[in-house]
Amino acid sequence: MTGNHDSETSHGTMARARTLVDADVHAVVPSTQSLFPYLSAHWRDHVTNTLMKGVVETAYPRFAPTTSRTGLDAPNGPPAGSSLEALQRDVLDCDEVEYAILCCTYQVDSLHNPDAAVAFSSAANDWLAAEWLDQDPRLRAGIVVPVHYPELAAREIDRVGGHPGFVQANLPARTTFPLGSRINSPIWDAIARNDLVAAIHFGGAPGTPPTPSGWSSYYLEDYAGMAHVVQSQLVSLITEGTLEAHPGVKVAVLEAGFTWIGPFLWRFDKEWRNLRRLVPWVRRPPSAYLRDHFRFTIQPLDAPDRNDHLLQAIDQIGSEHVLMYSSDYPHRHASDPDRLLNIVPAQLADRIRADNAKALYGLP
Amino acid sequence: MARHVVARSGEIPEGGRTIVNIGGLPIGIFNIDGEYFAILNRCPHQGAPLCEGHLWPGLLVSSEPGDYTNRAEVPIISCIWHGWEFDLRTGQSVCDPQRLRVRNYDVKVEAAGTDGFNLHATTYAVEELGGVIVVDLDRRPSTGEAAKLSHLLGARSNGGNEATDREMVP
Amino acid sequence: MVTIIERTVSQTAALVRPALIDCDLHNELHGDVWALVPYLPERWRRHVETFGVRSPSGGFYPRFMDHRADARPPSGRRAGSDVDFVREDYLDRCRVAYAILNPLSPAASQTNLELGAALATACNDWQVAEWLDREPRLRASIAVAIEAPDLAVAEIRRRARDTRFVQVLFTGRPQEPMGRRKYWPIYEACEDLGLKVASHAFGSYGNPVTGAGWPSFYLEDHVGPAQAMQANIISLVTEGVFERFPGLQVISVENGFAWLPSLCWRLDAAWSLLRDEVPHLSLAPSEYVHRHVWATTQPMEEPHHPHQFAEMLDHLGPLVDRIVFASDYPHWDADQPDEAFPVRLGVEQARKFYYANAATLYGFDSKSC
Ligand code: FES
Repeated sequence: MTGNHDSETSHGTMARARTLVDADVHAVVPSTQSLFPYLSAHWRDHVTNTLMKGVVETAYPRFAPTTSRTGLDAPNGPPAGSSLEALQRDVLDCDEVEYAILCCTYQVDSLHNPDAAVAFSSAANDWLAAEWLDQDPRLRAGIVVPVHYPELAAREIDRVGGHPGFVQANLPARTTFPLGSRINSPIWDAIARNDLVAAIHFGGAPGTPPTPSGWSSYYLEDYAGMAHVVQSQLVSLITEGTLEAHPGVKVAVLEAGFTWIGPFLWRFDKEWRNLRRLVPWVRRPPSAYLRDHFRFTIQPLDAPDRNDHLLQAIDQIGSEHVLMYSSDYPHRHASDPDRLLNIVPAQLADRIRADNAKALYGLP
Repeated sequence: MARHVVARSGEIPEGGRTIVNIGGLPIGIFNIDGEYFAILNRCPHQGAPLCEGHLWPGLLVSSEPGDYTNRAEVPIISCIWHGWEFDLRTGQSVCDPQRLRVRNYDVKVEAAGTDGFNLHATTYAVEELGGVIVVDLDRRPSTGEAAKLSHLLGARSNGGNEATDREMVP
Repeated sequence: MVTIIERTVSQTAALVRPALIDCDLHNELHGDVWALVPYLPERWRRHVETFGVRSPSGGFYPRFMDHRADARPPSGRRAGSDVDFVREDYLDRCRVAYAILNPLSPAASQTNLELGAALATACNDWQVAEWLDREPRLRASIAVAIEAPDLAVAEIRRRARDTRFVQVLFTGRPQEPMGRRKYWPIYEACEDLGLKVASHAFGSYGNPVTGAGWPSFYLEDHVGPAQAMQANIISLVTEGVFERFPGLQVISVENGFAWLPSLCWRLDAAWSLLRDEVPHLSLAPSEYVHRHVWATTQPMEEPHHPHQFAEMLDHLGPLVDRIVFASDYPHWDADQPDEAFPVRLGVEQARKFYYANAATLYGFDSKSC
């Protein structure tokens, strides 16, 4: 990156003294064994004595440069992101974070067995509650759900949705059916009745290809391509009327970039003007739903070299209420989020740093 | 003169339309259940001959996903190219009723022989039978119904704080 | 009853733009595959008459609107299927200097690959006889059975001597991402023969239009090509296709183009961290896109605020000279040449978008009228 991002103002420095909400940090399950206290004897026994060893994690290759920052990925140590102490040291205390939203991308959707998917979802959620949420009042978290079994996902949401630390349900970007499909109605009903946010996060293991042309070869493709998968999910949620059926529900889009939002909406709005009669429940232009219902974390920035271009891309979103600060700890990224905070006007910087996330999650 | 005879009444059957050229302005005249409407035959999007588009039995609205309700009281034409819908009563677009519309004109049936309007004689000979259909280029029809479109669509707001200028009005 | 007294023809932009090169004109098959049956050998004629044509099932989103109603010829044939009417209604009226035909034939999506190859040959013979020989302004894409690269290459070599064939046609969603090794023989032949590769929106070999499963509505299917093409460009770049075939030029057709800047930004950021996975790449991803990718304009992105369109052109950087006009005539979502751009273009910019960029791409005479 060759941007002149250090030049312009002191907003960033001034804002540093102010409150910060980190809308995307990761809690990584260190090992299947670490969930044993939260699994029934049946599943403990299963893991111990059969070839079933738990979920299959594929979204973040353990030692890929994007998966963890330098120093966090010792070959024999626990995986980066699995330690509350490290999170406190590197993020919560260090950046004086008022709240941080934990995203656990535990890939329970890799388990075709519905009973296993539910058991490991529940275990992950109980582990999150006991070992993270109950240990640090600054933390909130998303619920791990077996998204591929919508009725069971709804039941899991109902089971833990009352815990004050769970503020959203985590839905992977990659799914078997788009998230707005009516097949997924039970999930949205459960999110709405538990007054939760829906979070779409990087990854997913649906067993179907990550591109509209089948399976790609490289992790780089999946990584860069996650943006277009998320774009398809937004098309689904808006077109299928999910947010008309649940007008109170908001969606946090994590780790998918945001510099594509403007041009994406130009096309989507145009198609709606052309084809509205097919989906008359979509009463407003898609851009209006996006601004009212969707929030995006800012890391990765996926930013152009030039700061004026970055500011234009932010302006093209059309609302100051859409972006939320995130560190995406422990993942590594090409640019620092301060690059953005340092160039936007002070009021927008405050909204991105804290106000938008506080409003979304109802944080005091 | 702003008032032009464009057809004999009865010449445009119910559900029918005719497209005339008045001093270089192409204008479509529609007869919907005996009521006449006139709009410019030029779509504010990319300039298609809008009046050649499809006439729908009404405005399609919905109370929830899966519900398709037709409001027959709103006559809708969709553009022959990209399908944008317009309310024939007001010229308002369905996609953006407040800011995007096609020019519409006052049109009524009058007794033939009334003074005060031009005969559009190159196209129509006015006869004494029935009345004549008169388009007034200077007047829009009364827009008492205008607010109803967004109401029927049930849109809550247009979202966020986007600016409201629309540069596609003809 | 429609009585047309006079057609409205826009006069505004026509005054400032040159005669245009249309990089996506559709020559439609009247009666679908039956238009090709006369060009099939007996063995496949009998096959089609008995078993029909078969593509992977389940990808059907019935189109909301038929082709543009005002593009239907008086002969009653399907819009876009009558070369004489296309000449009069479009090529002459909109002052077209050259147009690239993209036949949407069933060749590329056949589950029976030999039948696909036979249909491709028939389609190209049909293009020569009924289009290229009858209108000198037309150029064409070579239809091929992309999922059978050996057969595709044979067809490409058969056509290459006829310089009116300028490129090879891919569907929007091949069986595998476009960069995969499977398709390299096609790229090798194209590079060797100086042909371009065009990826036209829509058409699937069984994959849903999203990376997240099958959506429900045609509206979703119709937004989707912008996402599908991003995946194909990511694949072409990441697999090193442009390292291996440095002469290859790929044209994205009917996918819009405003998504190109953010795609480049994201790819570059990802590559800066993940380059160890792709040591075969010697350049940043955006560099390959800048050197090897072109995009047609339609369906033109239309921002709410026109100044943002100008910003987007600026964000394209060097890619702005690789944006070429396309109408998509006679389809319902076609862009009207003189009204397509949501901003008023300067004379020089208009010359590039409507003519000069495409003239460079296809090697047409650089001066238009
Ligand atoms: S020209 Fe009428 S909708 Fe596009």
